[in-house]
Amino acid sequence: MITLSHYIVLGAVLFCIAVAGLFINRKNVIVLLMSIELMLLAVNTNFVAFSRFLGDVSGQVFVFFILTVAAAEAAIGLAILVLLFRNRSTINIADIDSMKG
Amino acid sequence: MPTLTDILIMLPEFYLVAAACVLLLADAFMQPAQRPYLHWISIALLLFTIYLVIAGQPPQTVTAFGGMFVRDRVSEILKVFALLTTALVFVYARPYLIDRKLLGGEFYTLMIFAVIGIMLLVSAGNLVTVYLGLELLSLSSYAMVALNRDERLPSEAAIKYFVLGALASGMLLYGMSMVYGASGMGGTPTLDLAQLHNVMTYTQAPKLLLFGLIFMLVGIGFKLGAAPFHMWIPDVYQGAPTPVTTFIASGSKLAAFGMAYRLLDAGMGDLVHQWQLMLAVLAVLSLAIGNLVAIVQTNLKRMLAYSTISHMGYLLLGLSAAGPEGYAAAMFYAIGYALMSVAAFGVMLSLTRAGFECEEIADLKGLNRKSPWMAFLMLLTMLSLAGVPPLLGFWAKALVLEAAIHANMLWLAIVGIVFAIVGLYYYLHVIKVMYFDKPQEGSVLQAKPDMSLRVVLSLNAMSLLALGLYWGPLLGWCRSAFGL
Repeated sequence: MITLSHYIVLGAVLFCIAVAGLFINRKNVIVLLMSIELMLLAVNTNFVAFSRFLGDVSGQVFVFFILTVAAAEAAIGLAILVLLFRNRSTINIADIDSMKG
Repeated sequence: MPTLTDILIMLPEFYLVAAACVLLLADAFMQPAQRPYLHWISIALLLFTIYLVIAGQPPQTVTAFGGMFVRDRVSEILKVFALLTTALVFVYARPYLIDRKLLGGEFYTLMIFAVIGIMLLVSAGNLVTVYLGLELLSLSSYAMVALNRDERLPSEAAIKYFVLGALASGMLLYGMSMVYGASGMGGTPTLDLAQLHNVMTYTQAPKLLLFGLIFMLVGIGFKLGAAPFHMWIPDVYQGAPTPVTTFIASGSKLAAFGMAYRLLDAGMGDLVHQWQLMLAVLAVLSLAIGNLVAIVQTNLKRMLAYSTISHMGYLLLGLSAAGPEGYAAAMFYAIGYALMSVAAFGVMLSLTRAGFECEEIADLKGLNRKSPWMAFLMLLTMLSLAGVPPLLGFWAKALVLEAAIHANMLWLAIVGIVFAIVGLYYYLHVIKVMYFDKPQEGSVLQAKPDMSLRVVLSLNAMSLLALGLYWGPLLGWCRSAFGL
């Protein structure tokens, strides 16, 4: 039997993978965008699980909003990425360091 | 079903959304020669929205769309000042945008969409509205930071802002999902902030609730730019085009205060003993890191970025007092800070020209000989930011310190005073450079001949003095919002 806590643990694991992907990754900005998407999906898992097991639909409605905003966010992220590549011909994170202090 | 009453309550927001869409269409069909008119149209739109906000203000708090949207005094004041500072940003930005050939519909529509996000965020009555308002503001801001497409620094600043901002939203959402779950264990699950207020009394999963609260606090800390979540602030301030930096330093901070108030007081008010100390720690860290690191900066925008971090520390000082008095003081501080930072960046914007950014502190050398009036305005702004009486910044600081003392956090107030003195150094350094250093070889520090900029900037900087001498009405307005 799969219970609520299984889903919460799954959400937590996904969220941790996403945050680790953001902080450990030193290579590629695209991986950062993927991590951000994964983080939002972890949140969605949480919301759907709570909503289903507690018998309230508003959590699932919130998920629709999150999905929509995530799509817009990905679009803006990729647009900025294209800009970055055009200006510096690299998307390596270690090279994005002209501002310090 | 949404009724006409709901729509009338949200009239200012609906009006601005419709206006922004019309502006987009107008921009698409305008001849290039007519584009500059967008500037005046946008300012007129914002000013008319201020009128709608004030004129339609109901005598007591009303909600629309089943509690999704709250229209109360707090939201009224924050909206008025967010719209006002954005209009100021438009006035100051025009010469900068013309010089860099950026004057077009994108800047104005993105900015207006960001303001709509702020208006939604400060009026949020539900976790969904908080999130949507926040994302509308953030997504527009990411795009605006990258507005200057062919430069290296803006794209770098934009990607940093984007990644860290998305991380912050993710944290906030994760916290919201926990809070939602905790509210459902032992009661009806809810996303409504007013109903979440007393979740602590009945929830069977208090740990889950606390967990959610901590994640939400991290998200709030990111958006405010409080240490240790401040990493994005200096890079974004430095890399973004100066008008966008001005907006992020003013309107966004009002929004961040509104969000913190809605989530912490309206939503998590029952957990005040838990979050009060966390906010105090954030405040101390922000004061220390902001003021100490600002001392070594040579770039004026970066210095102002660290000064923002320290000012957010003072704002958190007021918030952590966690009572009507503290909130009123924090709101007064947020408004005062927005007016001060707009003026400071306004002086920088008035001195830039094509190919010269005027963003190093050394660029201001001998400003007093070249254009004494601009130097005087900068002097007023810097002294106000430092908190020297009788300027606005002094009263703002005094009020948050007083609120902290009344909330039995004397140690926090002492930390605040110590770092106010540390902070004095780098503001006075700018004044010293302007008044006592010789101008650099071949520097042409000439203020823009743009009349609207000069007049409005002068009024803005003089208002810091005027509000410092006569601060009663503004403070009274802020206090009335919290029933004082």
